[in-house]
Amino acid sequence: MKPARANIARVRVLLAPVDYLTFLVRCLVESWDLRRTWPRFIDQLSVHGVGALPVIVLTSVFIGLTTAVQTSYQLMGVVPKYFVGMGVGRIVLIELAPVLTGFIVAGRSASAIAAELGAMRVSEQIDALEVMGVDPYRYLCLPRIMAATIGLPLLVVVTEVVAVFTALIISARMLGVPASTFTYGVTHFFMVRDFTGGIVKAALFGMLIGNSGCYYGFNVQGGAQGVGRATTSAVVLSAVLILLVDFVVALIFFNT
Amino acid sequence: MIRVEDVSKRFRRNVVLDGVNLEVPDGATTVILGPSGIGKTVLLKIMAGVLAPDRGRVFHDGKQVHFGRFADNRDLAGALGYVFQGGALFDSLTVAENVALVLEETTRLTRAQIRSRTEEALRRVGMADHAGLYPRALSGGMTRLVAIARALVADPPVLLFDEPTTGLDPAIRERVTIMIRELREQGRRAQVIVTHDLEAAHLLADQTYMLRAGKLVRADNVRKEDYEQAYS
Repeated sequence: MKPARANIARVRVLLAPVDYLTFLVRCLVESWDLRRTWPRFIDQLSVHGVGALPVIVLTSVFIGLTTAVQTSYQLMGVVPKYFVGMGVGRIVLIELAPVLTGFIVAGRSASAIAAELGAMRVSEQIDALEVMGVDPYRYLCLPRIMAATIGLPLLVVVTEVVAVFTALIISARMLGVPASTFTYGVTHFFMVRDFTGGIVKAALFGMLIGNSGCYYGFNVQGGAQGVGRATTSAVVLSAVLILLVDFVVALIFFNT
Repeated sequence: MIRVEDVSKRFRRNVVLDGVNLEVPDGATTVILGPSGIGKTVLLKIMAGVLAPDRGRVFHDGKQVHFGRFADNRDLAGALGYVFQGGALFDSLTVAENVALVLEETTRLTRAQIRSRTEEALRRVGMADHAGLYPRALSGGMTRLVAIARALVADPPVLLFDEPTTGLDPAIRERVTIMIRELREQGRRAQVIVTHDLEAAHLLADQTYMLRAGKLVRADNVRKEDYEQAYS
């Protein structure tokens, strides 16, 4: 690569986060028109929230089963049995539910949004909106980002309930931890901060997932190949940002 | 009126537009001729403000068009109708919803008014019976007709057509040609048509240009042999 071109590539890489955040601000700050956005927000909430429920419930069951077995394996015989309930409850609320639900929604929604908007870019539908004087950021991006931001915390609550309930059942049936003991562990050590921290994380994850899908979909270049690249990039970036934000929120909420 | 001033555009080393100047008067149809890939659509998109030139400016009735990713051209809302070559209809909306979208999003008309104007626009292009269909159920010609209805529904003072007659069966081609002529005869709009169809250009143009090597050359009533020779 020639030096000039290499430098341009470096500058582009350095400016990419700025461009990403500018895009998010453009979507969120300048685009509000609730009367027109509300119906599309409801549509998107249905697609990316309600539509994700079956897979979220299914994965939550396995999250609950696995967490119970592994917590039991770590703690049984070392500490009282109710610590299994405490371990499951806190790890699900703080970490597993937000992060794993975030990954699933990233795989499902960031890719779908990037593919949809990318196809619209390729087939000139976004150009058509601009020509009509319809703000494409308000029309296309804002409802999707809002839906992901609000939908993901709701899905996380579902994950938490299903996972903890499933863990309770397997603990009582197979691991020798009575239901009342497990429940005591969950409730006695419950801290509101664990729950709110998880929900705040989920909202941030949702916003970033929605924005990543919109950002890559909007910036598609080329044809079908470009749409494919955008889809992959949206999921990868969402996953990386989930882990990054997870760490930052851990520092803010749980750093004692 | 549209005024294009010293517009240049290149893609990597390929210079597509090189200092193009153009005035599109109201009430007249301006045709830009040239074979596929010469840069006609690029010029049309720059005129519409959806593609940024490397250099130059575009004005619609004296208002400058802003370019760039986050450019705000809301003051031009409703001022422009653009018929894309592929239609660019929204897959998730029905024919009627596609046509009504611009009114719903950029005006404060009532639902009844929007419905009435949508039906009128669809009737005008002969697609009123297909209002409930989705774009995937339409043929290429029908898609083009709906795209024309969508461009017309807000009654914009400027209409841009990208290859409006290309790839259509003879009946729809004739219908589109007649429609564009009728619009011209109403005498209010500035119309720009980019096409490689010389016959359509002769039928529709008040002024004709050929795009050659990035430059616009006046070519009113150009003969077929001269047109073909220009690009050989």
